[in-house]
Amino acid sequence: MIPELGHLALILALCLAIILAIVPLVGSYIRDGGWMGYARPLAAGQFALTLLSFLCLCWAFVANDFSVAYVANHSNSLLPIYYRISAVWGGHEGSLLLWVLILTGWTFAVAAFSRQLPLDMVARVLSVMGMISIGFMFFVLMTSNPFDRYLPHSPMDGTDLNPLLQDIGLILHPPMLYMGYVGFSVAFAFAIAALMSGRLDAAWARWSRPWTTVAWCFLTMGIALGSWWAYYELGWGGWWFWDPVENASFMPWLAGTALMHSLAVTEKRGIFKSWTVLLAIFVFSLSLLGTFLVRSGVLTSVHAFASDPTRGRFVLALLGVTVGASLLLYAFRAPTVSGRVSYKFWSREVFLLFNNILLLVATVTVLLGTLYPLAMDALDMGKLSIGPPYFNMIFVPLTAILSGLLGVGIFTRWKSTDPKVLLRELWLAAVVSIVLALALPFWFGEFRFQVFLGLLMALWISLATFRDLWNKVQRKAGVAAGVRQLSRSYVGMVLGHLGLAISIVGICLVSNYNVERDMRMAPGDAVTMGNYQFRLKEIRHVEGPNYVSDQGYVEVLDKDGDLVTVLLPEKRNYVVSRSIMTEAGISAGLFRDLYVAMGESLDDGAWAVRVHYKPFVRWIWLGAIFMSVGGVIAVMDRRYRLKVKPAVKARANPQGPAGEPLSAEPTKAG
Amino acid sequence: MKRLLLFIPLILFAGMVVLFNWGVDQDPDSRTALEAARLNQPVPAFQLTRLEDQSPVDQTILRGQPMLLNVWATWCPACSVEHPDFMKLAQEHGVFIVGLNYKDDRDAALKWLNDLGDPYSLNLFDPEGRLGFDLGVYGAPETYVIDSTGVIRYRHVGVVDERVWTEVLAPIMRAYGFGGSESTAQENEA
Amino acid sequence: MLMRKGLLAFLFGTLLAATQAWAVIETYEFESEQARAQYNQLTAELRCPKCQNQNIADSNAPIAQDLRREVHRLITQGATNDQVVDYMVERYGEFVIYRPRFDASTFVLWFGPLILGVIGVLVILVMVRASKKHKQEAVLSGDERHKLSQLLNDQENS
Repeated sequence: MIPELGHLALILALCLAIILAIVPLVGSYIRDGGWMGYARPLAAGQFALTLLSFLCLCWAFVANDFSVAYVANHSNSLLPIYYRISAVWGGHEGSLLLWVLILTGWTFAVAAFSRQLPLDMVARVLSVMGMISIGFMFFVLMTSNPFDRYLPHSPMDGTDLNPLLQDIGLILHPPMLYMGYVGFSVAFAFAIAALMSGRLDAAWARWSRPWTTVAWCFLTMGIALGSWWAYYELGWGGWWFWDPVENASFMPWLAGTALMHSLAVTEKRGIFKSWTVLLAIFVFSLSLLGTFLVRSGVLTSVHAFASDPTRGRFVLALLGVTVGASLLLYAFRAPTVSGRVSYKFWSREVFLLFNNILLLVATVTVLLGTLYPLAMDALDMGKLSIGPPYFNMIFVPLTAILSGLLGVGIFTRWKSTDPKVLLRELWLAAVVSIVLALALPFWFGEFRFQVFLGLLMALWISLATFRDLWNKVQRKAGVAAGVRQLSRSYVGMVLGHLGLAISIVGICLVSNYNVERDMRMAPGDAVTMGNYQFRLKEIRHVEGPNYVSDQGYVEVLDKDGDLVTVLLPEKRNYVVSRSIMTEAGISAGLFRDLYVAMGESLDDGAWAVRVHYKPFVRWIWLGAIFMSVGGVIAVMDRRYRLKVKPAVKARANPQGPAGEPLSAEPTKAG
Repeated sequence: MKRLLLFIPLILFAGMVVLFNWGVDQDPDSRTALEAARLNQPVPAFQLTRLEDQSPVDQTILRGQPMLLNVWATWCPACSVEHPDFMKLAQEHGVFIVGLNYKDDRDAALKWLNDLGDPYSLNLFDPEGRLGFDLGVYGAPETYVIDSTGVIRYRHVGVVDERVWTEVLAPIMRAYGFGGSESTAQENEA
Repeated sequence: MLMRKGLLAFLFGTLLAATQAWAVIETYEFESEQARAQYNQLTAELRCPKCQNQNIADSNAPIAQDLRREVHRLITQGATNDQVVDYMVERYGEFVIYRPRFDASTFVLWFGPLILGVIGVLVILVMVRASKKHKQEAVLSGDERHKLSQLLNDQENS
């Protein structure tokens, strides 16, 4: 009963989506306030019904209803309840329903938090988002229905969730990721609405900016969570593999960062409009591309969902129509007359343009590396593999240039800056960065050029940021007063850039100073690595809710022989799916991780054991946290929370005698 | 002019869609199949033993006529699926098939052939997978087409059935001289 | 003593590795840290021919074990990185190495980003030059100029 209710709710949501896509949009063209007024209620209704549908699926999992095929394939009665709920998005059909839920959620959020926008803009934006909903709801209902039943012979129990997914990572990573991915649809919808109305101006950029930033924050956390999850789950201490699915999430992030910065220019200076609109379309296109790559089976990846040509073709059609139509609209409606604003080379405009170019080169690099093997295969030029060696080789110099320009860019002013001023502000930071970057590697171990470069980048960014911060808090009333008057937007920027520096430090140090050894250890054996001694005391037998395991009891001692910590790596055997999994024993620290994983048991009770020493690995994800927090703070800036006074509102939204809105003549684009 | 430039993203995107369309149409198995690195090269040198009597053989034994080299093992379930097809190929079509028993146990393999039948005119035993490795084998079953001079002409990854023989392997075999005379095929049955 | 233990472990390890599917961690012995580092680097850059995009260091497939064994054997015989890669590519094709070759067919791959970057920089320079043409000094009164500079300062703080 309940699954059928869920199915019905989704169909009804689709109906509302269809109405949402048509009625308010038409209303915006015929200037009918009533029709446009339907947009917000329809968005709310669409969300409510999709939520109901999703909750019905959740119920099916929690109640162990194995007559529902999706539940039978991804769950089991022995599965703990929190994993049963997260199993809802553990497979293709359910994760797609989550995607749709989040899309309708964002649509509802736009409907709710857009009181200060003119009604015709709101109507168009919500209609565009409704169109996207239609595409995905059809996709779910026609090819990937999670509510299909196994009737009349329902299985007695399920085949269990893949043990790799029985983890907090599954609870957090996909929802965060989708919030980001899907969140970029808002910026996309704003861009399309602006192209439709011809009102491409600084106001459009200002409205789009907070939505883009929030989506970006979610995506940052989603990617960081994925990396962290892979690190502790997979058992070999890696945190990024440039796998096609990972790249599919990284591309929107890179382009989204460019978009965030580009919107800043358009908001402040009213220029680069055509470019920013294209970027907004590009970012969401990359989200859709990601959805296609991950679910179509076109690329090989450990993370990909089970593929099916029908689904692949459907998503391709969805991608083709959505992006094709938007690019067509762009080609016809984007402004060709550039803003009548002048700027010199040494200006914030130009440096933000550099930022855009570099981030886009990065995005294209990832795209190229991901799709090249497919293209080569299609052209019958052989089967190629492209992996970390390629990407790392291109990303290191790219990040170096970006970091260098970042430091300078912070100090540039709009329109023009005196280069001598830049030199005066920054020469000390440059000198200190170089000196420290040369000295620090020796303290860590040995000097390596890569470490020097990475530390130089991070120090340069940090010192330039702090210098600018120092300048800004100088006030006659004292530094404390200076700090208090800093705008949240500025604080967000500071945190974001520092987050980048922190991540760079983490990546650089762990890649270069990571130590790993594979060895044979019997109970009683000890091995020394660096400043630590790892002693395997014994192997214990452990029984979990749906697995049995051999657990190693490993004591970690420091140089003086004191106990630092105890690690408990496991080799688990999941009884239902009969798969074997390694659970690493990790001692997490701010400045180092100690990592022990068990291989297989050898003769006479000994085991093959892998021991890692990973310095500063947590800084990678710490940096991501800084970036996200920075973004959230920036969005809470006063100017977004100003309540528009009624008089101003009346002037912005003139109303005719019957109360219907009269929209002003669309200003000429340019 | 500027307006025309704005069409570039659309054109680039269209190109990508064409590529993806090709990609989606591909059979997933054929996409993950590697191309044979040893194509059109002679069979690499090896020193193995016959499965039955442990007498030594080397690469010179794979000469004299076009043949199939089938990589199989008792632990490979797909190999038992294609086994009847190989029996048919050997008995009805007179194909000279060499069996390369890959990373297996000699007694288990002999028992398997005893129970299910032996379609192989020659049985090689490769317990460590050395020849398999040098050929570029990455998963049983695999079947190679080798011509009369000992040069590898084709590799098929996966199960060989009637369709694969008629559409893929037979034409290549014929191109390299297979189907000359029935008696030649029977004479070489070891 | 340790050498013998290690050798024994190695033999047992490879024997078990050949028959079990779950062994990922082999207890190979190396003559020097350099050799071990070389092994780690190569096994990270070689791709498992059969898996869903994994390098041979991370995969527990039998073929990945075979490749690791071969890499170890070649390293103990003193092969260079290039020699090991060539050896593998001879048998498994270009597919097996994650670092794509450097030739005409991969020109776009290796130089595409650079060319794009250069084009981007050129575009910026063109735009800066074009914007200079728009330089129109608007005439402002003293009050307006003061207000303007205040607004610009506010903007810079955010």
